[in-house]
Amino acid sequence: MGGTDDGSDVRSVKMVFVTVGTTCFDALVKAVDTQEVKEELFKKGYTHLLIQMGRGSFIPTKSAGGLGCLAVDYFTFSSSIADNLKSASLVISHAGSGSIFETLRLGKPLIVVVNEDLMDNHQSELAEELAERKHLYCAHPQALYSTIADMNVDALLPYPPGDAKPVAKLINRFLGFPDD
Amino acid sequence: MLESDDGESLDASIRKPPLQNERPTSMVVEILVQSCAMEDSSFSMMMTPKLVITSIIVTVISIMIRLAYVIYQSSKPLKNLAQQPFSTLIVLGSGGHTAEMLNLISILKKDRFTPRTYVAASTDNMSLQKARVLETSLVDQTDDEKVTKAIQFMQIYRSREVGQSYLTSVGTTLFAICHALLLMIKIRPQVIICNGPGTCIPLCVIAFLFKVAGIRWSSIFYVESIARVKRLSLSGLLLYKLRIADQFFVQWPQLQLKYPRTHYVGCLM
Repeated sequence: MGGTDDGSDVRSVKMVFVTVGTTCFDALVKAVDTQEVKEELFKKGYTHLLIQMGRGSFIPTKSAGGLGCLAVDYFTFSSSIADNLKSASLVISHAGSGSIFETLRLGKPLIVVVNEDLMDNHQSELAEELAERKHLYCAHPQALYSTIADMNVDALLPYPPGDAKPVAKLINRFLGFPDD
Repeated sequence: MLESDDGESLDASIRKPPLQNERPTSMVVEILVQSCAMEDSSFSMMMTPKLVITSIIVTVISIMIRLAYVIYQSSKPLKNLAQQPFSTLIVLGSGGHTAEMLNLISILKKDRFTPRTYVAASTDNMSLQKARVLETSLVDQTDDEKVTKAIQFMQIYRSREVGQSYLTSVGTTLFAICHALLLMIKIRPQVIICNGPGTCIPLCVIAFLFKVAGIRWSSIFYVESIARVKRLSLSGLLLYKLRIADQFFVQWPQLQLKYPRTHYVGCLM
């Protein structure tokens, strides 16, 4: 899976990595597994689809790939998805802030899919805000196909790394310490 | 903790009628006097009921004044002329919360915030481990042995796990409060830094009551999670509305407009 090595062996491996984190998000896995989404991804030049499906019960159909279709593979969990993210050319993720920022920091194009089944769905706030600022695309499971069809990965803006200095400055001032 | 809770609810019931209309107060007092006298004559001979009522009113008023003073004083920066370090309690949430918190801790000057105690929920195995990694990476930079000795890692029981029934959570909440009280007596922090979720609530409430009771003064800082763009989290809302947090930071400008006493600090992640 080590991105660059594979990339040089097999010409232009373009991996789409799908992650649902520790949640159960069958709606996303199902949406990705539909023929229209897979065809659209292939049209956009992606060659491989790897799905981290978490606790979900929906098993996507594996495929070795080949003429005119995506190679599809899946797994449930791994201790770290950092390598998967690094080797991916496109990431489709659930709306957890952890995987959102991990992906943005790597500068990978990202589609966040909001889980409508969650009771306390404040997570969509973050995805929508970042989508408004053009750092990622935000979609609902049913609309994933159209989002992929309409997206232009080059139009996304890089996310500037976060900065804790303003908080630290205010804390220091409040406690009577001088600014550094 | 329990005593003061009871005290507050009592306070509220006693306080309201006299405040709304002053005239009937004497009547109420008289009725109370009579009933007290009827119930226990020996008691009334030892101590006049009027005295009891006045002392209750005085206590209530002085608690109110103390509360107002603590809230007012909490909003003002400390005068730390001696530049003394503060014993610091860092409450780690979980996952994303912990990552944000450690981002902040990593740039704070460690000699100002020492000794440090990290607290995480007992069900959260990752957070303290990540904090340990951060602290050991700091040891390499500073040779000061005192600094490294003054770091503690502790776990706290959560009042309610995801999916737990409301009936059993009454018991577990009481247990969690007792455990939090025990920890706070042990740590007695001067600075508390937290960013949710619920783990930090009992600790912050106890710290606030310590301030009111004059046991320990502490400055409470709350950083709302980056995931909150339009509305505060429940923990955040509690600490904001009850004015328990001395300084309240938010990471999106929209939130600051909605909650004017917060400070907008930009994204931590």
